[in-house]
Amino acid sequence: MSGALATAAGGLLARYDRLRSVLPGDAEARSRAAATIRRRGLPSPRDEAWRYTNLKALAEIGGPRRATSADVAELLQGLPVLDAAATVVLVDGRLRRDLSRVPDTLAVASFAEHPLTAEGLRPERETLVAANEMLAEDGALIDVSAGRDAGLVLLASIGTGAEDSFHPRHSVRLAEGAKLTLFELSIGSGRYLHNPVFSVELAKDAVLTHVRLQDEPSTAVYLSTTYVAVDAAATYDSFTLNLGARLGRTEVHATLRGERAVTHLNAAQLLSGTQHGDVTTVVSHIAPSCASRQTVKNVLSAHARAVFQGKIEVARGAQKTDGYQMNQTLLLSPDAEVDSKPQLEIYADDVKCSHGVTIGALDADQMFYLRSRGIGADEARSILVRAFLAAALDAVGDEQVRGVLEAAIEGWWARQPA
Amino acid sequence: MSPMLEVRNLSAAVDGKPILCGIDLNVGPGEVHAVMGPNGSGKSTLSYVLSGREDYVVTGGEVLFDGRNLLEMEPEERAIAGLFLAFQAPVELPGVGNANFMRTALNAIRRARQECELDAVQFLKLARAAAKRLHMPEDMLKRNVNVGFSGGEKKRNEVLQMAILRPRFAILDETDSGLDIDALRIVADGVNALRGPEFSALVITHHQRLLDHIVPDYVHVLLTGRIVRSGGPELARELEARGYAAAEAA
Repeated sequence: MSGALATAAGGLLARYDRLRSVLPGDAEARSRAAATIRRRGLPSPRDEAWRYTNLKALAEIGGPRRATSADVAELLQGLPVLDAAATVVLVDGRLRRDLSRVPDTLAVASFAEHPLTAEGLRPERETLVAANEMLAEDGALIDVSAGRDAGLVLLASIGTGAEDSFHPRHSVRLAEGAKLTLFELSIGSGRYLHNPVFSVELAKDAVLTHVRLQDEPSTAVYLSTTYVAVDAAATYDSFTLNLGARLGRTEVHATLRGERAVTHLNAAQLLSGTQHGDVTTVVSHIAPSCASRQTVKNVLSAHARAVFQGKIEVARGAQKTDGYQMNQTLLLSPDAEVDSKPQLEIYADDVKCSHGVTIGALDADQMFYLRSRGIGADEARSILVRAFLAAALDAVGDEQVRGVLEAAIEGWWARQPA
Repeated sequence: MSPMLEVRNLSAAVDGKPILCGIDLNVGPGEVHAVMGPNGSGKSTLSYVLSGREDYVVTGGEVLFDGRNLLEMEPEERAIAGLFLAFQAPVELPGVGNANFMRTALNAIRRARQECELDAVQFLKLARAAAKRLHMPEDMLKRNVNVGFSGGEKKRNEVLQMAILRPRFAILDETDSGLDIDALRIVADGVNALRGPEFSALVITHHQRLLDHIVPDYVHVLLTGRIVRSGGPELARELEARGYAAAEAA
């Protein structure tokens, strides 16, 4: 383990030692997770799953905190105005009822009050999940009862820089035929690690639309892991937009365990400067006749680096599997880099699985066409980038949410140096 | 009267290969000039050099537009100055709506000229009227730029952009190729509608056919990067009858 990774692991363990007496829930599970981290340290590029993403930036997250952290009221201004059924706000990983708005009809509990260990998490395999297991203080637990459409719920995480790391543990459970659109937004100010873990369980015929907008400050590190279990004829439809953080990784493990289950793991990353963004997915087709769809688009400028690792596993019995995966990258700079690693592991013989990768610069003919009509070079570039992303954003069905994503992209574009 | 476009001894190369070898051409206000020549004679290179494509390198000579050095201007500055190129092969822009594209272009030009920008409603009114004059179905405004358009639709879309942007100087690069006779007439009507003392055009074509509909004031014959003959509209008919080789010999 390199010095930086050891420093980072040491920082997390020190936090655990400081907080262990007050952390809620299963002390034994936490202690096991701590032992895992002590023994193994944080993953390094020698670990296949972390080959392209180096966590050494985590070493710089620790250190003394500013005396005054960012003003929560000011950061709250950054939340979109949405006609949502509920708004759940976490500040530095802690659920804030005073800032949230949850109607009685929706069951939202806090992990601090109900620290149950969710099924399907694998802290022994995913080290960042072990860190979460060790340090989770709070999180939102959302349950939707059978047949109910809970509408749109905004789950907002605000980091203030008061804590060097926070590790919320969220859970979303949809009973048979239930529906929910979860819009998860991460923003903040300052230097920290945001390391959320989600467990999602979808019963038969349930539909969860999970839209994620990661717009963390450029000084933060965002590492999120989501485990999804999809029962028969249920749908996990997700879209992730990564714009922020100096280092970001969105890792999703989706298991299609009932017949005709469907998952969409779409994503877009817009990265500039020296940002590093990683989308890692593992889709396990366990049951037959399930479908998975993934389109991941990257737009990279300056020295930005993107990673896409997409694994599709098809178990022996998962006949009639339909898997599709596409990774497309637009390089706006000769110094930008993308690493794309598709992996198909197929043990059934009657399946349809395909994947593709495209990497390219802006098309010179298209640029000239736009400019010949009087459109300046910067505006022409922005038109072509938006067009590249348009098809990805079209996958977001909720118009309100799509509008927020489009505005966030405009904001990202406005922040870029000309 | 001083020319609107003045091309003096212009030479240009693509990938190090000389294509234009000393072109002289003056186009006055209100004049339409046709440039005719076989494949590979440099016709399209001339249109790209005039509109500012990066990979076409000017190796000699100069071009003045309204007395300004055209070759120093960016492509968008040339458009703002009133130059328009109707592309021989219009470019497809997936994900970019046609109406939005044209409004962005028009407003970029208007902004640079310190004129008021048009809002979506004002623009659509203008665009629909222009599309109607060109017998274009309205849904072409809603579709993505040139995506899924037939060859003829793409050419009409070029003329629609020209009608909306109202350039003072248009270069039509083989706008007639791939058009049937009805489409040809519509396209020609679109160009003729702009004709007047303040509008000039360079019509690049293989065939005399287009020049029956857009009657030029002058015709130039381009062969291996040089203008080998110039004359009136009758020269086009002579070329049609006797071929380019005879034109050079004469």
